[in-house]
Amino acid sequence: MDTTLATYKPQLVKFQSLIALVLLCIGIALMSDKFLTVDNTWNVMRQISVNICISVGMTLVVLTAGIDLSVGSVLALCGAMTAGSLKFGIEMAGQNLFIGFTVLGAILVGLIVGGLLGLFNGWTITKFKVPPFVATLAMLTIARGLTMLWTKGFPISNLGDNFDYIGTGWFLGIPLPVWVSGVVVIAAVVITKKTALGRYIYAIGGNEHASRLSGININKVKLTVYAIAGVLAAVGGIMVTSRLDSAQPNAGMSYELDSIAAVVIGGTSLSGGRGTIMGTVLGAIIIGVLNNGLVLLNVSPFWQQVVKGGVILLAVIIDKANSKND
Amino acid sequence: MLVAENISKRFAGVTALDGVNLQLEAGKVTAIIGENGAGKSTLMKILSGVYDEYDGRILFKDQHVHFKNPREAQQAGITIIHQELNLIPYLSITENLFLGRELKNSWSILDKKAMHDKAVELLQKLKLSVNPDTLITDLKVGQQQVVEIAKALLYDAEVIIMDEPTSAISESEVEVLFGLIADLKKENKAIAYISHKLNELFKIAENYTVLRDGKTIESGEMKSIGHDELIHKMVGRDIDLVRNSNLAKEKNTLLQVDNLCLATKTKKVLQDISFNLNKGEVLGIFGLMGAGRTELTEALLGTYAGLVTGTITLDGKTVKFKSATDAINAGMALVPEDRKKDGLVLGLDVKTNISLSSLDAMQHASGLLNHKAELALAQKYIGALKIKTPSEKQIVKNLSGGNQQKIVIAKCLATNPKVLMLDEPTRGIDINAKNEIYKLIAELAASGLGIIMVSSELPEILAISDRILVMGDGRITAEFEAANATEDNILKAAIADSI
Repeated sequence: MDTTLATYKPQLVKFQSLIALVLLCIGIALMSDKFLTVDNTWNVMRQISVNICISVGMTLVVLTAGIDLSVGSVLALCGAMTAGSLKFGIEMAGQNLFIGFTVLGAILVGLIVGGLLGLFNGWTITKFKVPPFVATLAMLTIARGLTMLWTKGFPISNLGDNFDYIGTGWFLGIPLPVWVSGVVVIAAVVITKKTALGRYIYAIGGNEHASRLSGININKVKLTVYAIAGVLAAVGGIMVTSRLDSAQPNAGMSYELDSIAAVVIGGTSLSGGRGTIMGTVLGAIIIGVLNNGLVLLNVSPFWQQVVKGGVILLAVIIDKANSKND
Repeated sequence: MLVAENISKRFAGVTALDGVNLQLEAGKVTAIIGENGAGKSTLMKILSGVYDEYDGRILFKDQHVHFKNPREAQQAGITIIHQELNLIPYLSITENLFLGRELKNSWSILDKKAMHDKAVELLQKLKLSVNPDTLITDLKVGQQQVVEIAKALLYDAEVIIMDEPTSAISESEVEVLFGLIADLKKENKAIAYISHKLNELFKIAENYTVLRDGKTIESGEMKSIGHDELIHKMVGRDIDLVRNSNLAKEKNTLLQVDNLCLATKTKKVLQDISFNLNKGEVLGIFGLMGAGRTELTEALLGTYAGLVTGTITLDGKTVKFKSATDAINAGMALVPEDRKKDGLVLGLDVKTNISLSSLDAMQHASGLLNHKAELALAQKYIGALKIKTPSEKQIVKNLSGGNQQKIVIAKCLATNPKVLMLDEPTRGIDINAKNEIYKLIAELAASGLGIIMVSSELPEILAISDRILVMGDGRITAEFEAANATEDNILKAAIADSI
């Protein structure tokens, strides 16, 4: 008995998140007959898509031993910028200039704003050596404030069917947000596994000083990574706005916590250098399934938070115990 | 007071101490002498409980003791004052003194008055006239050292070990320290004093023990041995290394450094460094700890951009490096002193570490990495440098020191450098790996690279250098052709300036 367990242990460790997910699904399915239905499955996946996009960006940042707390606020601002420019256009005060936007144009506005905010994060972190925690905490507040200014505190709604299609539509029998997050995940896997940038991300997180002496341009890599995190937060913001047909000024509140949870459950080390995109995807799915299951089982929202926190803690404890054995 | 008998200690296949004997007497200072890597620090760490696994036995006041951690050693009465001071910068002197054994009243509340009074008393005794509420960070290094000594006294230490206590303090502070040591002697404390500065030792020590290659070479009384004799005992060994010097070749200057200076806000680290390096030449740089050797190599790799003045000419062109990236692109490469901290990403595999500096050349036109080329590169160097690893996918952390060092060298060679700098390339690796690295250096020089090798091991410098620069206190103090360099005159040149 002992020997068989020992033989399989490396495999068990490797697929621990996947095993946890399967057990979780079986458990919920046994307790609720609504869980394993086609409708609910697509619903869960649609909900997860946003967190996956954000968490992929977060993973890249965390792999460099950084953190991005601003993703929730950046998501809100970019969603609002897209909604606003689509609905009202942008008016240049005093210049008698008005720019209207197509759906594609408005989306581009959101993505560019996300990229610029991310670059700003990276700039303060690399140029002024502000610790990432502090730099992005400041951006969390700044971007939320800018969202309030842009929306004047009110939702921007009724954005038209074309725009709503992004968050609610289907393509080849699969919800569009799932396509989007799928493309994001594949791109990120390619970057981490098959490009020099990906290699540098792991190297910097593993040993920044040795990486610098190896001739890697640390600042460039960090700028890129924070910019990607910003763009992906914008992608999430556009999907949320489209699904609700409305940009809410308080959208994305505490999304950074869910995405950090996904990264951590997925086995990425917060001290950098170790982790995978697919791990994070699994982490995001586990959180999504857990959220959905708890709702289906009529667990009170208060208890839901307690359970979620417990799961995060458990995941990290198991991960630590396993890495100690290595 | 304290007798260590037949102490041996091995680290992952490397013997650090091999049957060392040491005796410390009450009321006397015993100087522990040896080159870098002779095993002094390891021995002191065993005595003070930092390492608890070793062979041999320690008698303390005729009792057999085996400390499991520094705390046990301290409680027994043995304290070490490390070269890097172990004080908490943003706590006060008093708080540091009582850290971990605060005085409390019967309500478990800190008894600040009692601690303050005791601190005042101690500082008075040690003639340090500062308020004990002063934060450590506001003290000078010499004053911090006094606080460390106060801490030792507070523990009622009977054996005090001082590791290079004067390496960071000024002349006048040294005088104060020597006064303190004289007082401690009167109180019958046994003191072990590690230092490179032989003149100091002749001033304050009664006994000496010389270590070399992890063995005790000789113990005796200071008054019965001379300066030069002591130096000879430190180094006096022959290694069987023969290098066919390429001096016959015509000299083509590859690298020319003129008036290189490096100054930080507080200190002049390098002053007026000028030298040249020829193609196919191995230039050895010797210096004791703190002489500026490592800083010189890092400055040549562009890591101190903005702080460096002077000119560097590489292959006839004047170059200015803003970063390591610039320097590596121009043809410089550095195998850093601390391979774990500066050379490798320990958690990544062999292949990834080898290709880390040359990924730009390992890409398809699409921007994706060319895994085949990367693999070929890794295999080429695993073969060429005889790196012993189960596969190129092995995580570097799990390899021995010698193989890790070869991986760092492979990473440097993969950038096709013109100048290869190696900083202490054989530190902490076993004798076979050392010899392989010496051979490799000779081969690389023969193939036309210019090689700068920094080392504090004299036999190694002598064996493989064509020319030797000696550094002391941020300057070049002497230059020798291999033919007329001896261990004694190199060490003299290095020490002369550090007194």
